[in-house]
Amino acid sequence: MTASPALRRFNERLPYVLVPLLLLVMLPAMSFSTWLTLTVAGLAMGMMLFLMAAGLTLIFGLMQVFTFAHGAFITLGAYLAVSVVGALAGWSGAESWWLNLAVLGIALAVALLATGAAGYVFERVIIRRVYGSHLRQILITVGGLIIAEQLIVAIWGANPLPLPKPASFRGSLILGGAAIEKYRLVAAALGLVVYGALHLLLNRTRVGLLVRAGVENREMVEALGYRIRRLFIGVFVAGTALAGVGGVMWALYQELVTRSIGSEMTILIFIILVIGGLGSIGGCFTAALLVGLVTNYVGFLAPKLALGSTILLMMLVLLWRPRGLFPVGAE
Amino acid sequence: MKRGGAGTLDRLLSGDRPGGWLLNLLLLLLLASLALAPFLFPGTRSVGVAARICIFIVLAASYDVMLGYTGIASFAHTMFFGMGAYGVAIALARLAPGWGAVLLGAAAGVALAIVVAVLIGLLSLRVRAVFFSMVTLAVASFALILATQLRDLTGGEDGLTFSVPAALSPAFRLAAEPVLGVRLDGRIVTYYLIFVVSLALFLLMLRIVNSPFGRVLQAIRENEFRAEALGYRTVLYRTLAGALSAAIAALAGGLMALLLRYNGPDVTLSFTVMIDILLMVVIGGMGTLYGPALGAVVLVMAEYYLQPVMAALAGSLAGVPLLPALFDPDRWLLWLGLLFVLVVYFFPAGIVGELRARARPVTSAPRRG
Amino acid sequence: MTETPLLRLAGVHTHIGRYHILHGVDLAVRRGRLTMLLGRNGAGKTTTLRTIMGLWRPSAGEIVFDGAPIGGMETPDIARLGIAYVPESMGIFAQLTVRENLLLATGPAGFDKARLDEVLALFPALKQKWADSAGALSGGQKQMLAISRAIIENRRLLVVDEPTKGLAPAVIQHLIDAFLRLKSTETTILLVEQNFHMARSVGDDVAVMDDGRIVHTGSMAALAGDEALQQHLLGLSLASHQ
Repeated sequence: MTASPALRRFNERLPYVLVPLLLLVMLPAMSFSTWLTLTVAGLAMGMMLFLMAAGLTLIFGLMQVFTFAHGAFITLGAYLAVSVVGALAGWSGAESWWLNLAVLGIALAVALLATGAAGYVFERVIIRRVYGSHLRQILITVGGLIIAEQLIVAIWGANPLPLPKPASFRGSLILGGAAIEKYRLVAAALGLVVYGALHLLLNRTRVGLLVRAGVENREMVEALGYRIRRLFIGVFVAGTALAGVGGVMWALYQELVTRSIGSEMTILIFIILVIGGLGSIGGCFTAALLVGLVTNYVGFLAPKLALGSTILLMMLVLLWRPRGLFPVGAE
Repeated sequence: MKRGGAGTLDRLLSGDRPGGWLLNLLLLLLLASLALAPFLFPGTRSVGVAARICIFIVLAASYDVMLGYTGIASFAHTMFFGMGAYGVAIALARLAPGWGAVLLGAAAGVALAIVVAVLIGLLSLRVRAVFFSMVTLAVASFALILATQLRDLTGGEDGLTFSVPAALSPAFRLAAEPVLGVRLDGRIVTYYLIFVVSLALFLLMLRIVNSPFGRVLQAIRENEFRAEALGYRTVLYRTLAGALSAAIAALAGGLMALLLRYNGPDVTLSFTVMIDILLMVVIGGMGTLYGPALGAVVLVMAEYYLQPVMAALAGSLAGVPLLPALFDPDRWLLWLGLLFVLVVYFFPAGIVGELRARARPVTSAPRRG
Repeated sequence: MTETPLLRLAGVHTHIGRYHILHGVDLAVRRGRLTMLLGRNGAGKTTTLRTIMGLWRPSAGEIVFDGAPIGGMETPDIARLGIAYVPESMGIFAQLTVRENLLLATGPAGFDKARLDEVLALFPALKQKWADSAGALSGGQKQMLAISRAIIENRRLLVVDEPTKGLAPAVIQHLIDAFLRLKSTETTILLVEQNFHMARSVGDDVAVMDDGRIVHTGSMAALAGDEALQQHLLGLSLASHQ
């Protein structure tokens, strides 16, 4: 059974236009100002999810390490944000763009370095010995997750901690008749910057070339003389660092940090990985935006379905494309 | 050639003896303790703990059938546990609290569990292994969401409280006078119902994994390609294993509902339960069934009795930075998590696997040719 | 006095899991010559190549490359000694462009212009598809890309696994020409092939494998001229296999 070439080309191109398509489809379903608010909210949420998921898609896709502990690094980033913003409360409370940006910047930097370092330790101590056995990876990283979460609670306490946004990021702008939260614009901007940087890194550098080739066929990259395993630790650390950054942004968005803030995201991140395909940053980006948008649109149109809607989306995508929208690598 | 009593024991255990004197002793002790729990450890709390151990032995063992014997890492197991529990709970809440309701509810829970397990099994046809694990996590999450959203049916976040059949209620008296110092009331009846059903299910699982079917499962776990090449429809076997595992988990859930006379999302559907099961199976020893049994004991006991120990330790460390927080009784899971990681690294065969290995006679290393 | 072979295998055994695939392989690949490794399916030819490249670890025996033992070394280190590998599956990165595929085979300095021109002259189709993703190439073009990648920089040894598999006769002829041109540059090549016509056209030495062992070594010319020997070793005759 062969589909016509035109149909096949349409089928191949479809994943690329899904996000714009969704935006268009939703336009007549609600008033323009609502559409604008929800779209920005969805895109912002998608960008933050992208930060958290980007590292993991490479860790799964390139290293073939199936870690279920990624949520711990998100949680760590979130709690570090609480500590940093708390320590710089004066700057955070001031009505000054520069001071507020500085607070955010410092929180992001601290989270980046700390979760990157934690990722390094995690890779050396826990992941290192279970390369090659997917089952043991899953088991041991679940164990690592438990330990990490308990350690975090031991340090910061079991109670949820409030995390107010810096003063200039609170409130909304009025654009096109809709109230757009300022923070969402900041989050979206950061997400775009990170995506752009990753895109450049992957497509314009030798390291990026190795990563893209390695995701497809690790053996061949080694047969070309590259010690790709040395790259792994770098990818893992970058992944956990990004998760920490995502954790900071998400924590500020929620304004409340609990010990399970990272684990809650894990399910959504897995859904993004399944939808986007393992090893593809572009796929991860598209999938993250889809998940963010769907969550917000459905949250407005059918609130009861909101939480389950992304899971249903994942199932639908799996039925259509069992390896995700942008599968990379031989199977 | 085994004769007489040993032969009957072998048939009962389906030829799967624990192995090793220490292991045999531990399991014998466990069996005896559970069989006589109301008399050895009188008191509502202790009997409750013993009943919980029985239920978790069955639940963990059913998970071992999937994880240890078939090699499938699914995170949806608590969902099946919850289905059985909610089945019985809803039946007893809606219908007259009699044995008919219990059986109907249990049957409904089991049926639903089997249907969903088959669907999930068919999913594994299309997606690769790691996707499968992630999807089971999402499906379990979906079930949790449904349970909390469908308030009218499931009681939402608060759960369902209901009455149990007369024979199981605390007011019921089996005998007018206490026997061996213990009053034979509904709680004792409930306990022995749970004990007998759990034992029966455990022996059933032993039979299943030691049958030709079970051996095919293990072949699939070892090398799926080879099993396919040998002509076994691996998807069929894996789905069957999943359905069996799910059905038994659902029955365990039904027992849990009868024990607590309450069921809510936190009791049966939460991820803490899933983590607990995982810890039990791995620490106890995957692929042995006896392993999860011991693991269940370790974990339930830790949950109840480790905490006072830790509290005392934390008290003695007061004033030292950070350490008291690490030994806070609420941090018991930290230490179990550490144990879990150590077991996966250094003792991947778990308690039972290690004990069995030590019990085996030492063979000389092959001579280098 | 015979010079030392560039690559020598002595008593190499390889186990994959529980399966004992190579049962003591003895092989010598002489410098500047093209050695054919023949044998029927399942004889162990691919396993031999993968063992040489370090993708499988030998469980016993010696592998010596230009006097240095390489058995047990990691694949990237083996490749860095100057051995290029073209696997049966070609190892093309479909998501990367033709240019990027070739770039991966170059050192930090990138392409050597003269060398690149030479290679593209050998396989002009690649020049056309330079910026296209490698996944869009035809089977024959992919094979050309795989071989180009192996020769874009000077290598001391080329290890090639069944390059003509599934290709049209015209493409096979093109490959034969390419290999003959390579040979004129004194490159040492170890080539696994099922296509006897290809083998006869380019091979200098030949080794035949069966059941994980080498059962015959000698010159290609001698084998090509001896139909009875061909029949015995390979179950075919020259005339019947074009």
